Amino acid sequence: MNLPKIPLADWIDWLETWLKAHFDPFFQIIRLVVGETVNGLDVFLNWFPPLILVLLFTAIAWFIGKWKMALFTFVGLLIIENLGLWSQTMQTLALVLTAAFISVLIGVPVGILCARSSGVQKIVTPVLDFMQTMPAFVYLLPAVTFFSLGVVPGVISSIIFAIPPTIRLTNLGIRQVPAELVEAADAFGSTPTQKLFKLQLPIAMPTIMAGINQTIMLSLSMVVIASMIGAQGVGAYVYRAVTQGNTGVGFEAGLAIVILAIILDRLTQQVIRNNKAA
Amino acid sequence: MAIIEAKRLTKIFGSDPKKAIPLLDKGWSKEKIFADTKLTVGVNQADFAIEEGQIFVIMGLSGSGKSTLVRLLNRLIEPTLGQVLFNGTDVLRMSPEQLRKFRRKNVGMVFQKFALFPHRTVLQNIEYGLEVQGIDKKKRREMAMSSLELVGLTGWENSYPDQLSGGMQQRVGLARGLANDPDVLLMDEAFSALDPLIRKDMQDELLELQSKMKKTIVFITHDLNEALRIGDQIALMKDGAIVQIGTPEEILMQPANKYVERFVEDVDLSKVLTAAHVMVKAETITMEKGPRVALQFMRDRGISSLYVVDKGMRLIGIVTAEDASNAIKNGVRLDEAIIKDAPSVQPDTLLHELFELMSNSRLPISVIDPNGRLKGVVIKGAVLAALAGSTGIGTGEQHESA
Repeated sequence: MNLPKIPLADWIDWLETWLKAHFDPFFQIIRLVVGETVNGLDVFLNWFPPLILVLLFTAIAWFIGKWKMALFTFVGLLIIENLGLWSQTMQTLALVLTAAFISVLIGVPVGILCARSSGVQKIVTPVLDFMQTMPAFVYLLPAVTFFSLGVVPGVISSIIFAIPPTIRLTNLGIRQVPAELVEAADAFGSTPTQKLFKLQLPIAMPTIMAGINQTIMLSLSMVVIASMIGAQGVGAYVYRAVTQGNTGVGFEAGLAIVILAIILDRLTQQVIRNNKAA
Repeated sequence: MAIIEAKRLTKIFGSDPKKAIPLLDKGWSKEKIFADTKLTVGVNQADFAIEEGQIFVIMGLSGSGKSTLVRLLNRLIEPTLGQVLFNGTDVLRMSPEQLRKFRRKNVGMVFQKFALFPHRTVLQNIEYGLEVQGIDKKKRREMAMSSLELVGLTGWENSYPDQLSGGMQQRVGLARGLANDPDVLLMDEAFSALDPLIRKDMQDELLELQSKMKKTIVFITHDLNEALRIGDQIALMKDGAIVQIGTPEEILMQPANKYVERFVEDVDLSKVLTAAHVMVKAETITMEKGPRVALQFMRDRGISSLYVVDKGMRLIGIVTAEDASNAIKNGVRLDEAIIKDAPSVQPDTLLHELFELMSNSRLPISVIDPNGRLKGVVIKGAVLAALAGSTGIGTGEQHESA
């Protein structure tokens, strides 16, 4: 085989440069909006005295779930505070919530489009496969080119990595609405929009929520990677501990992420259960 | 005028369905078309007209195309060919907007598996069709409540469908179909998923509702007894084609072909045929005639009893040959020899209700219309002949007075 190598790397680099040259104002707007959102949330969460916030989260957990969940939230957050990782954990939470929020904002409508048109689904599905299997580190480089260092490229690469479950499960949830119910809605003269909001979305809601839960978990798993390009927070502690070979510090920071993950997971799962029961 | 008319209404499933149309014209069978083209004939050139206020039953075994046919009427399935006329307007030419209006105002639908929205309460389910029309909340609540009352579920409005039994769920389905007061109600195997006893109740209720509201109903079923019970007209389908349209009596008594014949052979005729179907001419005599005339009359005809009527054909009683000759011996008038408490029934009494009456009485049973006029008489031989499926009955011969 003497065929010349396909210059794929050159093409991608060229594309990156071209996008940067022609769409820079657009990237700057995204940078500004996303950056301010994360910062605003960060400042807001850190404005409360930690103990007040611990109680607030515990109250939410109590309200949504049972006493076990409230107890875990209370103890878990106190441990984080005790380890001196409170402010960093809140920074991480701000990043994760922003990434999840934007993922839902984009993912649910895309999922709806997929459910409505098999053509769209055929195009979107392989793109989602690609997004989920391409090693997340690869997103970091163009993200930095477009959005420079800091939290914004971290959020963007988290979204790319975490958005597929929301799209997939929104699509699935709507497609799983029993055909006879869709037929009944048609038989009574519903417009497509009425059908969507009065029938399909309400019935698909538990499935969509399961997708959102997955999206939150995946963006949480991105925080360490995001810290490699300058995102602050508890992920940065883990990253630093790894580079310095500091097992103890790494474990502490890792534990904070685990606690945050369990709280977010159980809360959203409980919301799904409440939704199903209603 | 017919409220709904279907002309050459055809549905073919598969890619490039038009290909099959010339083959249908040539009279190819469903199997042959499938073997040749991989196209499935759903409905094959159905022609029928439904009169306003009628219950039109479309009956067939599963796979006969009946559920497809009913969906062609409101275009839940898009027909391949033909016409559906609603009060003369072609439904197939309607724009999406017109079609929505047609579905919102003119046709209601009730589904086999109820198809109630699980996230909505009973009342919200019934309101659905009104809600999508944009009727304001107060008005639609009122309309939904009266529809709920119609099916006897007042008090359940805030329950969710899964808290209701099957029969109650289908009442909600019926109320939802009726809420917007449609001209036509399409019922797709609406009672098939219900227990037999509940099914019979629902049939009775449907008939009662129908007599009050005079809706035109298109009713799909695979159950012949149900079809015979509620249908004014029955269309029997096989392989997508309508093989016979007629009244229940016509389907039973004059089956169009071997298929229909086989279809109806297992019917419990005693629950379908009425006294009017099997009654024969009654031999009558008027009051003024004496016992001698009566006895002579019976001798001439070779019969052992005679019905005594007045001039208006109103039944007075029965006189037997024995009683008549006793009357002659004792020199009394005919009216003293009459048995006045002989069993009698209305013309629409079902045969199976006659059995007990017949076994308890040695006299034939007279059939009397609501005005007291004698229409005929039921004898054991005629009943047995009818149940054995022999033809030539069902005409209820007219009688003359002697």
